[in-house]
Amino acid sequence: MSTLTTVDDATAPQTRVDGSFGGKSSGRAFKDQLARVVMWTAFFVALIPLVWILAATFVKGGRMLLDIDWWTVSQSGITARREGGGAVHAIQGTLIQAGVTALISVPIGVLTAVYLVEYGRGRLAKAVSFMVDILTGIPSIVAGLFIYALWVTTFNFQRVGFAVCLALTMLMIPTVVRSTEEMLKLVPNELREASYALGVPKWKTIMKVVVPTAFSGIVTGILLGLARVMGETAPLIILGPYTPVIATNLFDGLMPTLPTMIYQNYPESLQPSVDRTWGAALTLILIIFILNLLGRFIGRFSKVRS
Amino acid sequence: MSSITGHSVTDELPHDDGRPPLDADKAGTGRLGDRIFGGLATGSGIFVIALVTLVGVFLIAQAVPSLLNNNANFLTSREWVPSGTDPRFGIVDLLWATVVTSIIAMLIAVPLGVSVALFITQYAPSWLSRPAAALVDLLAAVPSIVYGFWGLKVAGDYFQPVAKFTDTVLGWLPFFEWGGRPSAKSTLAFAGIILAIMILPIVTAISREVFSQVPTAHKEGALALGATKWEMIRTAVLPFGKPGVISAAMLGLGRALGETLAVTLLLSALNPSAPFSFSIFGGGETFASRIANDAGEFDSPQKTGAYIAAGLVLFILTFIVNAAARVVIERRKAFTE
Repeated sequence: MSTLTTVDDATAPQTRVDGSFGGKSSGRAFKDQLARVVMWTAFFVALIPLVWILAATFVKGGRMLLDIDWWTVSQSGITARREGGGAVHAIQGTLIQAGVTALISVPIGVLTAVYLVEYGRGRLAKAVSFMVDILTGIPSIVAGLFIYALWVTTFNFQRVGFAVCLALTMLMIPTVVRSTEEMLKLVPNELREASYALGVPKWKTIMKVVVPTAFSGIVTGILLGLARVMGETAPLIILGPYTPVIATNLFDGLMPTLPTMIYQNYPESLQPSVDRTWGAALTLILIIFILNLLGRFIGRFSKVRS
Repeated sequence: MSSITGHSVTDELPHDDGRPPLDADKAGTGRLGDRIFGGLATGSGIFVIALVTLVGVFLIAQAVPSLLNNNANFLTSREWVPSGTDPRFGIVDLLWATVVTSIIAMLIAVPLGVSVALFITQYAPSWLSRPAAALVDLLAAVPSIVYGFWGLKVAGDYFQPVAKFTDTVLGWLPFFEWGGRPSAKSTLAFAGIILAIMILPIVTAISREVFSQVPTAHKEGALALGATKWEMIRTAVLPFGKPGVISAAMLGLGRALGETLAVTLLLSALNPSAPFSFSIFGGGETFASRIANDAGEFDSPQKTGAYIAAGLVLFILTFIVNAAARVVIERRKAFTE
């Protein structure tokens, strides 16, 4: 209703008795052009930070990545004053933690989505959906604090890599649930019905028909979710402080990661250290972008589409 | 994209005959395989409920003892001495910095995001709209800490003249006063700008989604009545998309409130004895950045509890904002279906 009245208002100027009868008054045409210019400008303004950040990290950090050492050695024994050393310890840590996080959160997330789409009805399903929403909104630092309260304060464990994975899992589960749910919903009901008509039990229908049909979409969601948690830093500085040496044990000792490498070194003003920080930032961005592109690429082969 | 808007299948309206949506089957056979698989799926759902409940219970359980020991008023005090025999801590400063940075971020990101969404859905030539959307989405892929580092080392220096200019022109207002300290890139204003860039993709994505759902009949109707393109947008697209834009703004706000690293790297903490200032060109710490800054010092339960209490307030704040966003989305759905 309100839409109609506003249309009336907008067209009212046409009937003014000021000589601009019919056609566009110059004021209206001007506003129209102005709006066009504003929208185009807004788009280019939005691109400025993206281009600027990428250019800055490539220019300042690119050189580091060309050195083979960057990918093969750690920062062990390297002071801020000295050049050299690599980031393999941090890259490894980031990949290990992301992998373990995915291992924990993918089954839980996908099964929760299967529950919501295929099984859940009524109050429990509403409650689950609501909780997933809350989980989506939990700030990453609060997730870190929660795991700290559980892992360190309550159980008296040390701050180790695995605790970081738990915090990241909390952040990854909701994204996996939502994207998987989305994909499962797109699977046509006819496929399920055809399967049931052949006497296939429900769980097999889900495993052999529904999930495979939505598979590439689910993978896309997982990769995008993973890309998101890889850049998370807040839980890491609470639970997984940086160390400059290679550490691959998730349950013993500190585990360095790319975000904590940046966090550790950002206040440093000595050039070699600043360069390495840019290098770490570029490496992190590259890993995340590759995951992102991979996810979108796989999504193209999705059998179900909205 | 509804992974962002949080729209779930369980929220869909039932069929005409009262059957829930997507419920073609009562096909569980009761056989072992079905019972196990169904049990696993339900178990995962219950796990999620348990997890969120646990978060709430744990945070409250650990915050309460510290709050009881607190000799200052938690809600109104500016002090932050969470340990020792006379713990005194309050959140006024944190709340102020958090809210101010987030509001600045909203004031920039919402108009810009809506304009970009309008550009993508209404103005961009068809070959450009998909890549344009993908490019804006890429902004969301840049990690928070990289934004912070970039702001600190590169972009921040360009903000110095802006701060100076604002101070000269508007400095007589307490909100825009800037004495040259802290340096411009460590102020609430600049942190808000960086936050704006970070929430721009989410605001754009959701606005884009609702704008693309505007019925063609509305748009063509407006054009047929002689409206220019802008008038068509103002009369058909924007009113239809309004609830979506509001929820986009709320979800963006929720993101901005809890954003940690970019803010931590940029903001310079206030001297504890510094007088309270209303200026957006002042320093400060948000909930998240205070917790992050002191992450290495959680040595006693009393101290940890104080930070957890701050985290709890942040949790509640983002929860309220996100819930409000969701309510707006729900109401729109009831309206359009």
